[in-house]
Amino acid sequence: MVEVENRADTQAEPAPAESAPKMRARGVNVWYGDKQAINAVSIDVRPEHVTAFIGPSGCGKSTFLRTLNRMNDTIPSARVTGAIELDGEDIYSSGMDVVQLRARVGMVFQKPNPFPKSIYENVAYGPRIHGLATGRQELDSIVERSLKRAGLWEEVKDRLTESGTALSGGQQQRLCIARAIAVDPEVILMDEPCSALDPIATAKIEELIHELRGRYAIVIVTHNMQQAARVSQRTAFFHLGELLEYDETSRIFTNPKVERTKDYITGRYG
Amino acid sequence: MSDGVKRTPTDWQSSEMGGRIRRRYAAERRFRWIGLGAILLSAGFLALLLFTMVSNGARGFTRTEVRLDIDFAKAALFLDPATVRANGAKAALARSDLQGVVARAAEAQYGGQGARLFADTAWLTVLDAIEADPSLLTRSGSLWLPASTDIDMAAKGDGDPAAEQSYARLSSGEAARTRFNGDFLTSADATDPAAVGIWGAFKGSLLTMLVTIAIAFPVGVLSAIYLEEYAPRNRWTDLIEVSINNLAAVPSIIFGLLGLAVFLNVMHMPRSAPLVGGLTLALMTMPVIVIAGRNAIKSVPPSIRDAALGVGASRIQVVYHHVLPLALPGILTGTIIGMARALGETAPLLMIGMRAFIATPPGGITDPATVLPVQIFLWSDEVSRGFVEKTSAAIIVLLVFLLAMNGVAIYLRNRFERRW
Repeated sequence: MVEVENRADTQAEPAPAESAPKMRARGVNVWYGDKQAINAVSIDVRPEHVTAFIGPSGCGKSTFLRTLNRMNDTIPSARVTGAIELDGEDIYSSGMDVVQLRARVGMVFQKPNPFPKSIYENVAYGPRIHGLATGRQELDSIVERSLKRAGLWEEVKDRLTESGTALSGGQQQRLCIARAIAVDPEVILMDEPCSALDPIATAKIEELIHELRGRYAIVIVTHNMQQAARVSQRTAFFHLGELLEYDETSRIFTNPKVERTKDYITGRYG
Repeated sequence: MSDGVKRTPTDWQSSEMGGRIRRRYAAERRFRWIGLGAILLSAGFLALLLFTMVSNGARGFTRTEVRLDIDFAKAALFLDPATVRANGAKAALARSDLQGVVARAAEAQYGGQGARLFADTAWLTVLDAIEADPSLLTRSGSLWLPASTDIDMAAKGDGDPAAEQSYARLSSGEAARTRFNGDFLTSADATDPAAVGIWGAFKGSLLTMLVTIAIAFPVGVLSAIYLEEYAPRNRWTDLIEVSINNLAAVPSIIFGLLGLAVFLNVMHMPRSAPLVGGLTLALMTMPVIVIAGRNAIKSVPPSIRDAALGVGASRIQVVYHHVLPLALPGILTGTIIGMARALGETAPLLMIGMRAFIATPPGGITDPATVLPVQIFLWSDEVSRGFVEKTSAAIIVLLVFLLAMNGVAIYLRNRFERRW
């Protein structure tokens, strides 16, 4: 009983004093065929905040993340109901162009997946297909700026023509982040971006997330609770397709309202 | 463990263990020998095939030539060198009685049966010689002319006794020699085995293959892309998939009947033409390309698609910028396998009339033509012994064509292969 009440509390957000949310989800359900993967999730993603999604494996946090830029559209059996808004605009409405949406809501994946092309081409691809640069010089400066923001410029500036797949795992992931920010998105979704990386590369990515926060709204899915505590300002705890608790990260980790959240965070299950 | 059962420690030195180890090693050794044997067997068959073809076919690339002295000044050709230098020289020469000149000179030099020493087409060599050097017409000259099939066979140790005797006389007088037969590579089919060439069939094959690839490659690749990237998974696409798989297994002669019924009888396209042959073979090759293309597209990692979609690429951009370049090596390999099969195909082309006797190389895709495998089939059916070595020589040409195609395929595959 307590749980239900608390959940109602957390979903009563946003508090009126806060700035307008960047993305707003209301009563989102996702089905894969007959199986319901996400059940009535409502959440606000704030601008210039890092929002972490945590929860045990299979709880639907990645699925929910992928609904935020309609990547689930590529799965034929997936069905989404409810409302998701970006700046008050319904992203599942027929008026929303999915290509533009994905440029505005960029994504970084679990496994680094650079294109098998040169480092330069990897970063330049997005701006090129969206016509963001008018000439070679402008494109060069976008590539340089993006690589600098991703903290990769110093390491690769002399070998931009080398294949992106020849970089180390951590460098590849930062290249993917550079690729995502090259199209100047408003939100960046990160699906366990460090799970395939070693601790040093992970530390670099986390540092990068800190720096990027001033510019973008970031949503990160992670299995690593220390990571969620380190990088995020707000944390959402998912369990079996439901959002059990969503609050300030410090409050989730020190004083969770829901029993299951406490169990998960203290490592009693998960 | 707390289940109360006391385990005895495993004895790794026991005799059963030793036996197990020995059996394992024996099995590995046995397997290695069997594999080696299989490879040796297939390599042996391949070597046997190549040896037979090359040893028989090499003779097909040479011909025997017999020397003939002709005094053109007395030959009553009524041509003067000035006419021959002018335009239309070839026509003027062709109209004149060169055949008679050759026959008379042969009889004068080698007796009553002298003309039989030379191929029916020997006068063409004379024509070429005069065209190259018109001053010949005012003097006498000694020319090497192609020998008749009988003499040619005798020179290659396979003739009848009378021809053997004639050849022995010729070679003792140094009036016969064996030379590389350039005409075999530049002329078309003929009734006289000494005069046949492979160029007609080669060009026919080339044109047919061009039509085939021009139709089958784009249609096959686009079908593969649509089925893999766009088509919904439902009963209709399942049906299409099954149909394509079945189509790839349909015997080729049935495609020939289809070509006959549709392209010739309904659409009234020209008979025996590379156009129709190419279309028929394209029908046969397309399913192979679709299947290979789908597999190649399927093997492109989904993470690449996600990455492109994630930066806001549309589906067609994902396909053309990322999936297709990565799938291209596989698609090309499949295409070349399909094309190699089409190149070796005989049966469907017989149905659409490409087995006709065509003595001039085709000038375009609507001219009557034949193709290499059909030419081999036709020559192997000939009665004259001279065709045996020509058949082998044609097989060598076909194999070289195939090897060249495969070589191009391997080159392209390596050129486009990329890591990810």
